[in-house]
Amino acid sequence: MSLIPRDRSAHPPALDPGYKTSVTRSPNLPLLALDSSITEETGPTFGHGLIGPLDNNLILNWTRGESPAIGERILLHGRVLDENARPVPNTLVEIWQANAGGRYRHVKDSYFAPLDPNFGGCGRTLTDEQGYYQFLTIRPGAYPWPNRGNDWRPMHIHMSIFGHAFAQRLITQLYFEGDPLIALCPIAATVKDRGQLEALVAPLDMAASRPMDFLAYKFDVVLRGTRQTFFENRKDGM
Amino acid sequence: MTQPLNRLRETASQTGGPYVHIGCIPSFAGLAGIYPEDLGLRAIGDNPKGEVIEITGSVLDGTGMALRDAMIESWQPDAAGVFPGQPGADPEVNGFCRFAADGETGEFRLRTVKPGAVPWPDGRMQAPHIALWIVARGINIGLQTRIYFDDEDNGADPLLGRIEHRERVETLIAKRTGPGAYRFDIRLQGPGETVFLDM
Ligand SMILES: [Fe+2]
Repeated sequence: MSLIPRDRSAHPPALDPGYKTSVTRSPNLPLLALDSSITEETGPTFGHGLIGPLDNNLILNWTRGESPAIGERILLHGRVLDENARPVPNTLVEIWQANAGGRYRHVKDSYFAPLDPNFGGCGRTLTDEQGYYQFLTIRPGAYPWPNRGNDWRPMHIHMSIFGHAFAQRLITQLYFEGDPLIALCPIAATVKDRGQLEALVAPLDMAASRPMDFLAYKFDVVLRGTRQTFFENRKDGM
Repeated sequence: MTQPLNRLRETASQTGGPYVHIGCIPSFAGLAGIYPEDLGLRAIGDNPKGEVIEITGSVLDGTGMALRDAMIESWQPDAAGVFPGQPGADPEVNGFCRFAADGETGEFRLRTVKPGAVPWPDGRMQAPHIALWIVARGINIGLQTRIYFDDEDNGADPLLGRIEHRERVETLIAKRTGPGAYRFDIRLQGPGETVFLDM
């Protein structure tokens, strides 16, 4: 089934001078826009056998349940839907993030905030039949990065979502309600549509939090949808 | 006033950033052990039908420098043109693969089978190709492109036929460099800019 053509105004432009690295990494020439074919409309599927019991628990998965990560305990949860507002079930959601001090466990991160010996920084899960997912993690810290003289990333979690078609693939970042650094961030500012940027900010969700245990933040994701008509797969003009 | 459409807008993309490997290829970032192995480590099993090939290349920025932090995903059918999940698909072909540009040289390597042809929506056949999706620091939304092969007949491919500037067709065609070996460089901008897709 054909995918709905991407609404490029929902996304950042490839080139945004405020985010300096995009200047030499953005195509200058127009994209070739075509209706999707079977290559774009199919994609990998992943079964529940892939997912380990601690895969969606970043507080415990690095130490295999031995010792919890340092930081503010949070539940991150929400649904994956498509543009037709239908849930996307059994799809893989992966996240990665800095620790509570704003440091990534990556060979190339040299920020002097310390590593947490109990925190790795990645997790994954499959959505359920209603498109619902959840992670237990710690709230990541803000961190500085080389761009302009004094740029800091707001607290954020990176998220990768598959969908069921290769052309639904999406990587995004979610922010936290009330963080004043969002308004100062050149990467958040690549999203020009105000509503689209607000949709990247996860609200505090007290109803989903657990007393004396964790706070909750809700983040829903929307993937491209498929076109629902009877007039598919015909030769031009037929 | 009109009726509401009740459609949702796709969530805005954000760059994968420099540490995309932590989430997608954790062993590459130094996080071995959380998962038994990285997802999409191999495009094929031990005994796929068809010709096993290796594609090598780099992702180059507008100055000609190879990105050392790019992550690429590929998706393709088996040697008979059947995608994983479809009836009759070769169980030794995963179709999906994830690979990173080398942290020092920027070179990537994809070992897979030469894909079979698949149809275009109007029933014509497309030339054999592999779909790619490229993310990295500085790339605000993942880039879609395709690898075709210079030892296949690409003359009637419907997608390549839609490229107005004919000299740019070459940017989508991998060059055979030896038995089962191909070279495919991706140029993000400037002279020889790769054709990127919006499909
Ligand atoms: Fe980050």
